[in-house]
Amino acid sequence: MNSLAQYLDLYKQHSSLVEQGSCQVMNNLRPEALDILEHCNLPEKGSENYETIDLPEILAPDFGVNLARVDIDVNAGAPFQCGVPNLTSALFFFRNDLYAESSKARNNLPEGVFVGSLRKFCNEYPVPAQKYYGKIADMRNPIVALNTLLAQDGIVVWVKEGIKLQQPIQIVGILENGMPLMACRRILVIAEKDSEVKILVCDHTQVDNVKFLNLVTTEIVADENAGVEICEMEESSEHTARLSAAYVSQGKDSRVSATGITLYNGITRNEYHCSFSGPNASLQLSGMAIEDCSRQIDSFSQVEHTMPGCHTDELFKYVVDDEALATFSGLIKVFKGADKTEAYQNNRNIIGNDKARVYSKPTLEIYDDEVKCSHGSATGQLDPMQIFYMRTRGLSDNEARFLLKQAFMADVIDRISIPDFRLRLHSLVEKRFAGASRNCTSCKKSCLGDD
Amino acid sequence: MLKIHNLKAGIDGKEILKGINLEVNAGEVHAIMGPNGSGKSTLSMVLAGNPAYEVMGGDVKFCDKDLLDLPPEIRSHEGLFLGFQYPVEIPGVSMVNFMRAAINAKRKYFGQPPMSASEFLKMMREKRSVVELDNNLASRSVNEGFSGGEKKRNEIFQMAVLEPKLAILDETDSGLDIDALRIVANGVNKLKSDKNATIVITHYQRLLDYIKPDFVHILYKGRIVMTGGPDLALELEEKGYDWIKQQADEQA
Repeated sequence: MNSLAQYLDLYKQHSSLVEQGSCQVMNNLRPEALDILEHCNLPEKGSENYETIDLPEILAPDFGVNLARVDIDVNAGAPFQCGVPNLTSALFFFRNDLYAESSKARNNLPEGVFVGSLRKFCNEYPVPAQKYYGKIADMRNPIVALNTLLAQDGIVVWVKEGIKLQQPIQIVGILENGMPLMACRRILVIAEKDSEVKILVCDHTQVDNVKFLNLVTTEIVADENAGVEICEMEESSEHTARLSAAYVSQGKDSRVSATGITLYNGITRNEYHCSFSGPNASLQLSGMAIEDCSRQIDSFSQVEHTMPGCHTDELFKYVVDDEALATFSGLIKVFKGADKTEAYQNNRNIIGNDKARVYSKPTLEIYDDEVKCSHGSATGQLDPMQIFYMRTRGLSDNEARFLLKQAFMADVIDRISIPDFRLRLHSLVEKRFAGASRNCTSCKKSCLGDD
Repeated sequence: MLKIHNLKAGIDGKEILKGINLEVNAGEVHAIMGPNGSGKSTLSMVLAGNPAYEVMGGDVKFCDKDLLDLPPEIRSHEGLFLGFQYPVEIPGVSMVNFMRAAINAKRKYFGQPPMSASEFLKMMREKRSVVELDNNLASRSVNEGFSGGEKKRNEIFQMAVLEPKLAILDETDSGLDIDALRIVANGVNKLKSDKNATIVITHYQRLLDYIKPDFVHILYKGRIVMTGGPDLALELEEKGYDWIKQQADEQA
């Protein structure tokens, strides 16, 4: 049985169970998703935009799917290992793909803000649900189609016109199960005209030796002059695969910033598909990943500039060690008529040894004459002169490298506008480079070095 | 304190230092002068332990230890300091964190506990005043966006923090205006004692008006071809290097 077919069969056998556990708006799209998946071949490793990621292999394990919505007791809020606790009282959870919320989650949420389960949203607000769910995520993308087929719930952050939400919404995803499990989760962010919202998503794997697949589809709609910042942080395990596809649609004068932080992972693919429906919008895409052992990160971004005066700024940075593999693939397409587009794409990587691999494919396609665009990619080692300079001041080779790697990540972290999170991230990155985390115990290599 | 015996060294297989002999005692200031390409910076890099350079012969004793056997950080802990001709920029690493790491690495080497935060800040304040370094510079990334003069002052500031036994200052005067030169030279003079020594590498006699050397050595084609007192530097300023080159080439 090919790796995709097992999930299609699972769905066909249990479609009514899936539908019962979900809602009409989500169910409406399942037949189309099934049809697309039945007629598609998963992109093979090596094909365009899937140069290093093997989707068939990632889907091959016989992952269980919690179709019956059995609540395994993950004890939300209990001693899960989120390195970013209590930044906000607006704390929401996914236990695998089951939605949960802390008792005080919505205490400080103002009027005009809905944060909650996608199912509930669809039942209570069918009109906006119909209008936004599944509208910008492209089902020709197999990650989206499979998610649409199997996801039964998700979270919605809906901020109505003019509401500027001060405190960030924090969503914590916890993967915990005794058997291999696929978690299918949907995130829908609707920021209406003149609204503002900041969202922090932290993903954790609680069990180190069980395989997980985190299948995420995110849709972000920022209407005219809306501001959306979303930071996703992954602290999973070497046996966790993450396939995430984020779709962003921006109206006139809107501002969106999306950041992906990968501290610990197994195999991760983070996709960003961004488009503009009005002029003068700005988009910032950022990513950093610390990859060692045999971990793998694959970032893919596609930004389509069809409107004039829009601005895109991409910065992705990786530190890759041991036998890890990192890929950056980015396309910025500027269509004719998108005058005064400014678009910058930047990928910088540090490679620790000759077994680590980095593939980088920054791409610009420009069909308009009046634009400012640049792209750049550089992969190299730490500067030996910087290391020597630091050693002449008494730092050991390891200490010098440690400080330089931390410094390398600093500018990605500093693009995040949530000050507490930024501070916490600096310290998490420091700890990560020092090798201090439970997930590192399974790795035989001494990331701590001599000290 | 420092005894260099027949030191031969180079880079990429090319021998640049062709047998250097030099002895420096506590309390002394030595100036090393010489035309471009004579090996002055190579000497400083080899003494500080830059792994890009290869030692091809000879030995160096520093406070009775075999200097060439020690990694750069141990040389630093043991009291050797190199003021760089081109101080390296390290974006993202703040001066404060850098100096704290440096101080604590040295303390760890000598079995001492890390310095307390208040003690450290007090020391930073004191040492900054030696070279009139702005508080803002200390909180910025190491050398990033510093002017030429600020970079050199920052080198002397680090020297003040680390309190070396032997400081090698590689063209510390290059790129400095008169005022900055005076500040840097004053800094060096303030740090001078009968317990430590300084090697000043320079092109120009000007710096030696401010930092008075006890000995002046002329380096040419990888060898010290002449040693004299402070007058030698004045003579060079007047006559240039040609007469020394001629003399050395005749002897060779």
